[in-house]
Amino acid sequence: MIFFQSMKMAFSSIRTKKLRSFLTMLGIIIGVFSLVVLVSLVSGATDNIKTAVNELGTDLVTVDDDGESVVFTMEYIETLTDLPHADKVAPVIYSFDMISGPQDKGTAITYGTTPDFMAIQGLNVVYGRFLMTPDNDNHSSVAVVSNATAVDLFGRENVIGETLTVSGRPYMIVGVLKSSNDFANLLMGKYQIYIPITSAVRLSSNARMSSIPEIYLSAVDSDTSALVEELEAEFTDKFGSTEDVYIFNQSQISSAMDKITGALSLLLGGIAAISLLVGGIGIMNIMLVSVTERTREIGIRKAIGARPGVILLQFLIEAMTLSLIGCMIGLVLSWLGLQVINIIGNVSFSISIPVAIVAVVFSSGVGILFGLYPARKAAAMKPIDALRYN
Amino acid sequence: MIVFKNVSKVYNMGGEQVRALWNANIHIKQGEFVSVVGPSGSGKSTLMNIVGCLDVASSGQYILDGIPIDRYSEKQLAIVRNKKIGFIFQNFNLIQTMTAEENVELPLIYQGVGKSERRARVKEALEKVDIYSRRLHTPGQLSGGQQQRVAIARAMASKPSLFLADEPTGNLDQATGAQIMSIFRELHKQGNTIVLITHDDKVAMQADRSIRIMDGIVTETREERSQI
Repeated sequence: MIFFQSMKMAFSSIRTKKLRSFLTMLGIIIGVFSLVVLVSLVSGATDNIKTAVNELGTDLVTVDDDGESVVFTMEYIETLTDLPHADKVAPVIYSFDMISGPQDKGTAITYGTTPDFMAIQGLNVVYGRFLMTPDNDNHSSVAVVSNATAVDLFGRENVIGETLTVSGRPYMIVGVLKSSNDFANLLMGKYQIYIPITSAVRLSSNARMSSIPEIYLSAVDSDTSALVEELEAEFTDKFGSTEDVYIFNQSQISSAMDKITGALSLLLGGIAAISLLVGGIGIMNIMLVSVTERTREIGIRKAIGARPGVILLQFLIEAMTLSLIGCMIGLVLSWLGLQVINIIGNVSFSISIPVAIVAVVFSSGVGILFGLYPARKAAAMKPIDALRYN
Repeated sequence: MIVFKNVSKVYNMGGEQVRALWNANIHIKQGEFVSVVGPSGSGKSTLMNIVGCLDVASSGQYILDGIPIDRYSEKQLAIVRNKKIGFIFQNFNLIQTMTAEENVELPLIYQGVGKSERRARVKEALEKVDIYSRRLHTPGQLSGGQQQRVAIARAMASKPSLFLADEPTGNLDQATGAQIMSIFRELHKQGNTIVLITHDDKVAMQADRSIRIMDGIVTETREERSQI
């Protein structure tokens, strides 16, 4: 009852001083805007990158040799499938090659590999097929291409049977992959082609079947850490130490990235929270002015029977209303801001709901914290002094 | 209904004790119309603050409606003011940002009166002082006399035990002042208790009797006056 009355009074007081109320809210508006936009951008980017990384397979382990003291041969790589936690193993020779089709040309990452690579990487073929064992046995000049390669170089997706030139050599396209998201393209490049490893050694003078630079493995039950341990034991046994072997664990990369983006969110959120705090000081300042200006009104209210608690509530609600309206405007502006970024950057960010909730909670907290002192000051006024005030 | 027993109010001003009110003994019966007269600085305001529960006495006892107002907290004083006292001030003391109607409604809101009853009582009070037609005007849009009528309506709406008027005609011209005084006489006729504080003997004469105050010393005159 009294609460609703206090709310009505708070609203009418804000209405009668529109410009001042708006300027007071501006601090909160900017604070909420920066908090929500920054954190939404970071968490949106994190989600996208995570999706892209997960597309590469979460149960993925890659091993690189140094090409000198440690050398992987095809035969040795095949023995790694005997490790208890190794599911599939694929050798990879990769190179950067000029590729061209009838409509365009560009630089592609060429993966020379074996059929198991598809399962390890979780690749999806939409047209045709992936590499098969006979392709490797026959050293065939066949290629599976990424979706963007087909679209850009040939102008359409289904390009099965077309011929693609890779570093001057003709390759027949036998498969096209599903299109990947923008962030995956950003990370890995748009153009990827997959050819038989036996064919890839012909593209480059320093590529040999007797020295394969990289191995991709998938772990049984996604237990990559067990696989990594087994690999370390195996390499120590074979090469004396693991110093010259580089083992990358996909889930380690994921968790490292989580830490980095988490820290980034916290940092940016912290900076934005400081601006919210500054906005809160603005509210306290204006509430103090308002209490002084309305000393007589407070005196009148007290004379006709307003209890101190009622006066406290009235000013507290006024401060909270200011900060919550500011917060709402800030949220609307954040939404608009993200839409603008989406249109300009051709991306798709949305407001992170948890941070929106944090913004609302934090704003009300700021309203209470910085409204309390002025409200207490008003409540503690002696009616006789307040009535005499001019 | 109002009893002062040896009430004193002593202020400490820069180490010096000022006796604003000294050993005052006053009795005001229910339904009486009493004026408190004295020049400025005589302790009138102090007396009014204590009677109006805006302040508490330093010593002595003040009994309002049989309740001793002793060492009351701010909150308790506010409740007493809200329910028992209807203030009418020299400078009207209406809230400038509110309409006449809202001003009259305010003490009822603080009493926790329900909306429909509030409406009815506000209407009744505004009609009694003949200002209902201007209920949607803010104080700035009303003349002094009209503002004082709104203030009286505000006091009436809460149905107080005591109307406490502090120089109610002080800011008004003669004719308007006379109108306001006639409203007080009307209130008195209906059986309300009124304490009117003034420095003006002519105004004071309109009450049943006067209490004189000078340098903090109260002298109660007992003679009954016939109404003018």
